[in-house]
Amino acid sequence: MDRNQMKQFIAKRVAQELKDGDVVNLGIGLPTAVANYVPEGMEVLFQSENGFIGLGPAPEEGKEDKDIVNAGGQYVTILPGGAFFDSATSFGIIRGGHVDITVLGALQVDEEGNLANWMIPGKMVPGMGGAMDLVVGAKKVIIAMEHTVKGNHKILKKCNLPLTAVKVVDMIITEMGVMEVTEGGLVLKEINPEYTVEQVQEATEAQLIIPEDLKYMEV
Amino acid sequence: MAKLVSIEEAINYIEDGMTIMVGGFLGCGTPHKLVDALVEKGVKNLTLICNDSGFEDFGVGKLVVNKQIKKLIASHIGTNRETGNQMNSGEMEVQLVPQGTLAEQVRAGGAGLGGFLTPTGLGTVVEEGKEKIEVNGKTYLLELPLRADVALILGHKVDKAGNIAYRGATRNFNTLMATAADRVIVEAENLVEVGDLDPNHVVTPGLFVDYIVVGGDQ
Repeated sequence: MDRNQMKQFIAKRVAQELKDGDVVNLGIGLPTAVANYVPEGMEVLFQSENGFIGLGPAPEEGKEDKDIVNAGGQYVTILPGGAFFDSATSFGIIRGGHVDITVLGALQVDEEGNLANWMIPGKMVPGMGGAMDLVVGAKKVIIAMEHTVKGNHKILKKCNLPLTAVKVVDMIITEMGVMEVTEGGLVLKEINPEYTVEQVQEATEAQLIIPEDLKYMEV
Repeated sequence: MAKLVSIEEAINYIEDGMTIMVGGFLGCGTPHKLVDALVEKGVKNLTLICNDSGFEDFGVGKLVVNKQIKKLIASHIGTNRETGNQMNSGEMEVQLVPQGTLAEQVRAGGAGLGGFLTPTGLGTVVEEGKEKIEVNGKTYLLELPLRADVALILGHKVDKAGNIAYRGATRNFNTLMATAADRVIVEAENLVEVGDLDPNHVVTPGLFVDYIVVGGDQ
């Protein structure tokens, strides 16, 4: 898989976690692609933390509306049945537990479900935006990302970058597999058949728990 | 009672060293004409409260590029390289705040509240120096309200009494900042007569607004 195929593969697998009627917030980048793979017939409401629900696809060229952008500042659309609101209401929705699933990328995530995705001291300090509220408030937090970065581990025993939040991650989905954060540690629930368990473990600093009913990722 | 004034007159209420709030989210819903006038006026040492620092050539980012900001309170600065440069060189102090906390701080500032309790930021650098309070077995951070000397906001349709109707995703911080400053200046994309706005569609009542300027189409 090239990198784009890898991203689409991950996004497709994340989309399988969506349920009819879910309110979902997608982060910028890879997570945004999840919207392209909502199973047919399923109704999912996408929330945009800058102030609306019913986020639709990008507009046709020439039909951009300066007042309708997503949290990354890109032109989007709002679907029939959608609604606009201010930032306090938006984050009331987020912190108040009214978002079923949030999908975000990560710089690091660890076996306790700790997440670091907002800064690298001395290198990159974009700010946390809405990420800290999203991962604390959403009912389910899914991290969608490439398993490693330039060959370095991202799934660690303990995050060493400044944290976004403590013990909030429920699931990690990468091109290699699907992992669930449990009390006992990180469980590899599914594996991409292109890889062996040993390869996935080698690409993961945290110790993976391999269940007897380990399944293949099917996307 | 809201008063219709020129952009130049409105901007004259902003002086060196003041704290200002500017509505908008990455420039969407930002009162661009007011920002441009403020850049032109060139007042310095401002404390800016805004969701983000915009782009170098769009939104409040222009104020950063023009070195008018002494301190920035925002949730995101990643789209404006100049913000990072001035932060690293020590020219500008940057306080990063989770977006939901920032919104609620402004809301609290306008609503007469002494603060609020949020779980956001626990166990991170955000909690440094803040009081932790336990309620019903859950721990929260005490976050304090924010207010400003002047708030600059954008309204899509504004009547001459200052009542504001918004469009699209432009409400963001505008509705909140309209309540949380000693002087509130709204840039009207469209100015209409009193009675032209359906009271059902008014989101910000005119009582919050001090000055109206006509910005026209952006």
